Amino acid sequence: MTTHLPTFDYRRPTSLGEAVRLISSGGSSTVVMAGGTDLVPKMKRRQLTPSTVISLSRVTEMQGIRYQDGATTIGSGTLLREVVASRLVPEPLRLAAATVASPHVRNTATIGGNLCLDTRCNYIDMPEGWRIANGHCLKDGGDTCWVAPRQERCWAVHASDVSPIAIAMHTNVRLVSETGERIIPLEDLYANDGINNLTKRRDELLVELKIPSIEMRASYYKLRRRGAIDFALVGAAASFALEEAGSAEDVRIVLTGIASAPVRVFEAEQFLVAEGLSPGSIVEAAGIAGSCVRTQDNTDLGSRYRKWMIPVAVQRVLEGLAMNTNERSADRGTD
Amino acid sequence: MVSPHLVVGERHPRLDAMDQTRGAVIYADDVAPPGVLVGRLLRSPHAHASVVRIDTTHAQALDGVIGIITGEDLPTRYGILPISQDEYALALDTVRYVGEPVAAIAATSATVAERALALIEVEYEAMASTLSLRAALEEELPLLHGDGVGRNVHRSVALEFGDVDGALRSSHHIEEDVFFFRGNTHAALEAHSATASYSPQGKLTLTSSTQVPHYVHRTLEKVLGLPSGKIRVIAAPVGGGFGGKTDPFSHEIAAAKLAMLTGRPVKFTLSREEVFYTHRGRHPVLMWLKTGFSADGNITAVHFRSFLDGGAYGSYGVATLYYTGALQATTYRIPNYRFEGVRAFTNKPPCGPKRGNGTPQPRFAIECQLDKASEALGIDPVALRLRNLVEPYSSTVNHLRITSSGLKECIERVVAASDFDARHGRLADGRGIGIAVGSYMSGAGLPIYWNDMPQSEVEIRVDRGGGVTVLSMAADIGQGSTSMLATVVAHRLGLRMEDLNLVTGDTDLTPIDLGSYSSRVTFMAGNAALDAATAVRQQILSVVGRKLEVDVADLELAGARVFVRGDEESGMSWSEAVQLTIASDGPLLATGSYRAPELAGPYRGSGVGISPAYSYSACVVLLACDRDTGMVEIERVWLAHDVGKALNPLLVEGQIEGGVYMGLGEALFEEQSFRGAHHRGPSLLDYKIPTALEMPPVETIIVESDDPEGPYGAKEVGQGPLLPVIPAVANAIHDAIGVRIDEVPITPDKVVAALRSAERGRSTRFGPSGVPAFEFPEITRVEPPVGFGVT
Amino acid sequence: MSERIVTLSVNGEPRSVIMPDNATLLEILRDHLELTGTKHGCDLGECGACAVLVDGVPVLSCLVLARDTEDHQITTIEGLGNGAAPDPLQVAFAEFGAAQCGYCTPAMVITARALLDGHGSPSEEDIRAAIAGNLCRCTGYIKIIEAIESVASMGPT
Ligand SMILES: Cc1cc2nc3c(=O)[nH]c(=O)nc-3n(C[C@H](O)[C@H](O)[C@H](O)COP(=O)(O)OP(=O)(O)OC[C@H]3O[C@@H](n4cnc5c(N)ncnc54)[C@H](O)[C@@H]3O)c2cc1C
Ligand code: FES
Ligand code: FES
Repeated sequence: MTTHLPTFDYRRPTSLGEAVRLISSGGSSTVVMAGGTDLVPKMKRRQLTPSTVISLSRVTEMQGIRYQDGATTIGSGTLLREVVASRLVPEPLRLAAATVASPHVRNTATIGGNLCLDTRCNYIDMPEGWRIANGHCLKDGGDTCWVAPRQERCWAVHASDVSPIAIAMHTNVRLVSETGERIIPLEDLYANDGINNLTKRRDELLVELKIPSIEMRASYYKLRRRGAIDFALVGAAASFALEEAGSAEDVRIVLTGIASAPVRVFEAEQFLVAEGLSPGSIVEAAGIAGSCVRTQDNTDLGSRYRKWMIPVAVQRVLEGLAMNTNERSADRGTD
Repeated sequence: MVSPHLVVGERHPRLDAMDQTRGAVIYADDVAPPGVLVGRLLRSPHAHASVVRIDTTHAQALDGVIGIITGEDLPTRYGILPISQDEYALALDTVRYVGEPVAAIAATSATVAERALALIEVEYEAMASTLSLRAALEEELPLLHGDGVGRNVHRSVALEFGDVDGALRSSHHIEEDVFFFRGNTHAALEAHSATASYSPQGKLTLTSSTQVPHYVHRTLEKVLGLPSGKIRVIAAPVGGGFGGKTDPFSHEIAAAKLAMLTGRPVKFTLSREEVFYTHRGRHPVLMWLKTGFSADGNITAVHFRSFLDGGAYGSYGVATLYYTGALQATTYRIPNYRFEGVRAFTNKPPCGPKRGNGTPQPRFAIECQLDKASEALGIDPVALRLRNLVEPYSSTVNHLRITSSGLKECIERVVAASDFDARHGRLADGRGIGIAVGSYMSGAGLPIYWNDMPQSEVEIRVDRGGGVTVLSMAADIGQGSTSMLATVVAHRLGLRMEDLNLVTGDTDLTPIDLGSYSSRVTFMAGNAALDAATAVRQQILSVVGRKLEVDVADLELAGARVFVRGDEESGMSWSEAVQLTIASDGPLLATGSYRAPELAGPYRGSGVGISPAYSYSACVVLLACDRDTGMVEIERVWLAHDVGKALNPLLVEGQIEGGVYMGLGEALFEEQSFRGAHHRGPSLLDYKIPTALEMPPVETIIVESDDPEGPYGAKEVGQGPLLPVIPAVANAIHDAIGVRIDEVPITPDKVVAALRSAERGRSTRFGPSGVPAFEFPEITRVEPPVGFGVT
Repeated sequence: MSERIVTLSVNGEPRSVIMPDNATLLEILRDHLELTGTKHGCDLGECGACAVLVDGVPVLSCLVLARDTEDHQITTIEGLGNGAAPDPLQVAFAEFGAAQCGYCTPAMVITARALLDGHGSPSEEDIRAAIAGNLCRCTGYIKIIEAIESVASMGPT
């Protein structure tokens, strides 16, 4: 006998229009399911017991990758496997997507689901009986965050491997609801709150990502325990938009696995804009990142080690950038 | 022309290999009798509490709930060891860990069963709980077993062989260290599952993923009060055991009871979370080790203390406790030895046996300490080990009988193959190489419950067409025990393995085997099979000899023919010979059995550690360690194992590779730890077993010391090869980056912490600082065998 | 919640099942279609034991809603090869000793089949990467990798 899901009604719209209509007419207990690789385990653990599940599996408008108007557009329903394999997708993003979970998971997981991935924590991603025995935490309907009991908020961690590199690459996302649509920088999709971690409205669907073609270098470094399956202990993405040879006008350093949202390390970014990329400045920028970002004891290996690893991850991703001479362009692929 | 063939020593796939690769093997959870009910257990949310009241009326009223039972329905205590009868299938009046079963339900669907669980009302009265070794041994807390408050000591032991203090006083060098081996677990891929049915004639049948059908049978007999003939236990092919399916479990007993009450089959399959509460993981052991050396590097004395965190129940714990002190002496000659150990009860899931039960922990301590001593003494680690080796065919200070030993050859061969001497201490910073050795029993010398009967019996039946059926209760848990039986019998009878039918693990059909634990099956069931096959062979040869009027000694059985040696065309086919024998003697069946020789030493507790033979292994690990992240990448492993005789090298290699794999997981990743009373991660995401990306190439070297008592000279290989891997990793990390991590698993945070401390000029070690204040019992002094004692 | 008759294509045959909306593909295969060759070790996407092919791609059946697989081709271990001629991977796994307890084996074989179908001649690294989501507790993966390599070296099958 296998662990089964809570009961729900299953809806399977075949168009975007139908999907957004179903969502806005559905109550607060309606969820959309893309690949389900985040939702299904959560539902099996009864972290979530929706009355209705809207499957996006047949909404073809949300799938596929194309290059148009100076941007790579990736439908949110595109599988991570397809993202990894597509020559249209900039290489740094492909490489980052290839670090998600395991090949099997990437065969059903979508990029949209990855960006909308729920926050994670030692106290919430646990079986139901465990959570009852331990006492439900704030995110789980209780009144205390077990990570930081004296504080009012939930500290669950943003864990996507794709968001940091996508933010570093200036990605925008298109959100569509029954009442209209808007395009926002991906960065603005997130809020640093473990419970309300997405700024989008419940009735908005993330329909696609748009990655502008900017001359830049970008890279992602994921520190993980095992080479597959595991989430990042710390993930760091960095990008350098190149104005003219050697000098950077825009530097981005984005961390995952640390706070409830992707974290941009502005202090280190500004330092590098001023100093340029050199072995010395990389070490210093990494140090700056290490000193201005806090960690909590809420995922694997605890806060002290992950705090130590922030400068290491930042230094490595920057070194990767410095070495990587493949200025990215959207139509280039390696396989 | 009949080509006489050999079976022993040939590489041969498992008999059921094609079924396995076609998905055709029926494991316990694949059993689905018509009308089967879904069983579920209600588990305690408290670490320590009295159960004041259980009200099942609301649950009972739910449509689709067919049966509910609580502790009162199964009020008989049991436990795997006769001295630890401390469990109830469902908590009777006290719960002792979070996750302990309190009630069981049988319902028509999983949805109903789960809804019903939520409707059972249990009133608990919480008590203070004991959550650490230190709390158990140093504080006055409510006793887990017994009334009132006190120290939660399960069992303690203090033994001395020779004069340790005297020998230490006159030692040239003394090493003293504290080590901690955190708990970990089997994490077999298959979760436990059991299905029971009860016939109108009163016969109970339980099919379970168990390593020990006989002990489950006995437990059901005791707890259910049924005569043994009314219970049939079938061990389904086990999807991974490693010791995690070696106790009788609540879900097995509950399935049986509910089947009896409802008259319908009932199946329990544990969720992965439940496996983490049920499995009897490896004991966390804190160890203090003090060893004396002479100037030229001979061990003069060892004083060892172990502190085991046993969890809430006994399980195999008393045996585990003694094992932490028993097998030290089988690799190195220790002239004087004192062992003090204690097992504590804590309010956590009970610990029990895992691959190497009680021996990887002290092995980690000994082998790491030897490397430390080698530096202090200026003797290289290989030379230091070689000069202290136990001689084959000798005795140890604690009265263990040693027979064959290929340890010296194991060491020499891994050292040569890995180019150890050229690499140790000479690799670039961040890369390191380390060595360690180990030894394990080929079967516990004594059965779990005291009796004078054989430890293993095998029956062979031959039909009129010459078909051979071999019957044994030994449960195949993936180690290939069924194929091993086929190898031994086929070889003896001159047949091919594929010619045989094997019936195993069924208490109705098969003669006794105590079970797949303590690496006993090849040695014990293998010897019993050899005994039975020899009887069949003798009977056939004597009948054929009479018929052909030749001396039995001149007859040969090979290639499915019986013939006069040297003339393969003579004689007759196997099936003709069988018919002749049946016509002459009646039904052709034979039994064989094995009982280990009397080996116990002259002291109480000497029953643990004795074995008819010991396997030996040596391991070299080459790795790279990232100084910034503390991550360790294993580059290559060499493992030489003395298996006595490789009955089937393909399966021997598989066991070695699997042992290395599990050892690497324990060394670097795996950890079963608790935050207070709560498991830190009862899932395969949090409990990290290595993937194919972490597994390095392994060079296996099979050493054959030809044991005089093993079947065709064979000894064990299922558990031993894991033992040296863990300390070899620790020693290699030290070689790579100069810090010592005296705590397993060696996770990256510990490595970085040690490096940071070293950078600041502080300690270059990460590990426990001390041991709990605990007064061990008065020492029992045992006269060592001749030749031991202060020298 | 409703139940309805859904037709899935499993191992080349249409199979109609009365299924609840919340059924995972794993439940349908094991509990309804009695295709118990597909195993499960965690039910949460963490072990890989439940892998089956959907349109030739290995996916975790414990994470997939059965209804989402309507109109797709599902292949389980029972659908590889046939009684008379097993898939060469099934033979190789047996001969190389790649199965010990055998519990991870069906999913390993399924995953390897997809790898070989999609990839001319995978390197050892490709093989390790492809099975990285399939945990095996017994073998240390060594003989599994050897078995897959041996079939890969035989060329397209
Ligand atoms: C064992 C395991 C390991 C994992 N390891 C990693 C890892 O290393 N790195 C990592 O990043 N992730 C990991 N994951 C998480 C997850 O698999 C991935 O993040 C995946 O990309 C999620 O995509 P999905 O399509 O399956 O999402 P779903 O589960 O379908 O959805 C996830 C969330 O996004 C919402 N959503 C989905 N699509 C949309 C949309 N178009 N518009 C609005 N909301 C939407 C859903 O409602 C849901 O809340 C792991 C998961 C498992 C089970
Ligand atoms: S059972 Fe599906 S991944 Fe473990
Ligand atoms: S063979 Fe047992 S899990 Fe792989």
